[in-house]
Amino acid sequence: MSTERDVAILGVGMHPWGKWGRDFTEYGLVAARAALADAGLAWRDIQYVAGADTIRNGYPGFIAGATFAQKLGWTGVRVSSSYAACASGAQALHQARAQILAGYCDVALVIGADTTPKGFFAPVGGERKTDPDWLRFHLLGATNPVYFALYARRRIDVYGATTEDFARVKVKNSKHGLENPNARFRKENSVDDVVNSPIVADPLRLLDICATSDGAAALIVSSMDFARSALGSTDGVPRVKAVSTVTPRYPQTVLELPDFATDSSVAVAPPDRSFKDSIAGAAYEEAGIGPDDLSLAEVYDLSTALELDWYENIGLCGEGEAEALLRSGATELGGRIPVNPSGGLACFGEAIPAQAIAQVCEVTWQLRGQAGARQVDGATVGITANQGLFGHGSSVIVSN
Amino acid sequence: MVFPPRDGACPNPECDSDALDAVALSRRGRVWSYTENHYAPPPPYVAAEPFAPYALAAVELTEEGIVVLGQVARGVTAAELHVGMEMQLEIDTLYRDDDHEYLVYVWAPAALGSAT
Repeated sequence: MSTERDVAILGVGMHPWGKWGRDFTEYGLVAARAALADAGLAWRDIQYVAGADTIRNGYPGFIAGATFAQKLGWTGVRVSSSYAACASGAQALHQARAQILAGYCDVALVIGADTTPKGFFAPVGGERKTDPDWLRFHLLGATNPVYFALYARRRIDVYGATTEDFARVKVKNSKHGLENPNARFRKENSVDDVVNSPIVADPLRLLDICATSDGAAALIVSSMDFARSALGSTDGVPRVKAVSTVTPRYPQTVLELPDFATDSSVAVAPPDRSFKDSIAGAAYEEAGIGPDDLSLAEVYDLSTALELDWYENIGLCGEGEAEALLRSGATELGGRIPVNPSGGLACFGEAIPAQAIAQVCEVTWQLRGQAGARQVDGATVGITANQGLFGHGSSVIVSN
Repeated sequence: MVFPPRDGACPNPECDSDALDAVALSRRGRVWSYTENHYAPPPPYVAAEPFAPYALAAVELTEEGIVVLGQVARGVTAAELHVGMEMQLEIDTLYRDDDHEYLVYVWAPAALGSAT
């Protein structure tokens, strides 16, 4: 079903994920050209570029929209640049969609690319004593995996999860990504591989935690009218039904990166729905569908345990039931609701500004039946979910 | 109520006051979650050499309804912690340079029977 608030996804493209340390714009160029070719459009046809920013690549990273426009060759195209940490890609899609639905443009390029340093992510340089991201490293040595581990430990102590459950998430995702040409890690892992890998932040081990990667992803999105003129018909064309970019409601009572304290729940009672529940919740409300309508989900498995949190946050099961859902096989390819058929971050690693866009690429390929060995049979509706530092929600629903 | 302290701007969206008073928080709370970090963080953390793993705990202050993350007192491992366990605040050295010793709060298992 089409509504006047839909935008069509005409093309998707990626540069494969890896670790080469090259200029991030080279990756972006490959992804943009792949998406343009997929859409059957020329760069000159694009009326708007929504860039997702990277803070790790200097000034060009902060002005991603213009940087990619220049790389592709100045055409006078209008641009925007969005930074929302891991949610930057969803913010960029949100910008492009708003321009299209407001009638300011008909067709837009949404793009993100990154080159990442080795090892832990660190805050940007300088001594910044009022920046919580700087303070959590300086005062507490609280790396990103420390936060992932806090959530993982809650699952063990509160819900009875085991480290083998976490390992099974990696095993599942490593199988899913085996033949994904854009995945960086294409090797099947066993439970033993995971539980015997070095401890990073107890209870999480090296193979529970996603790597940092280079990569790029791009979308060509348009108005439904433009899609109809370009394609003759919009039948079966994947369309964006919802983009959720919600932020928390006060009081935010779950410790979130990069803060090292929660809001107080004394003066005001916590909201009925946690922040993470509200991310997909807002997307479902906008799309007018629910979790039972999904064919697949791409969620942000920064850690194996975090994928289990998402099962609950996007409504696939109740609180504390994610391990049972995983063990039932429902979230594997061939199961009731495959999660991360792409292989997820377990197989990609994280290329921050590209990742939320890559999730939409995967859903698009799945809905077109172009996902090859990882195809979810008869996929018609997919959701993506992700969360960026500093309270950035990100969830996109695509259907055909 | 808000931690860490800040100047002005109450975090409650229904309140437009800029008048925040300094108040002492409870020195005791219960473990919301915990971990043990096995890799040296990058700067601006000043890692001990040789690096030794350290535990961190997110501790819920019951009266204030705030969860505060901190390192756990040296020598206490994650294996000695559990969700719901009572902890108390202590002060320890963050690092030293030629001129100063820099202090930081840490969480330690609460001494049995001592007052709040």
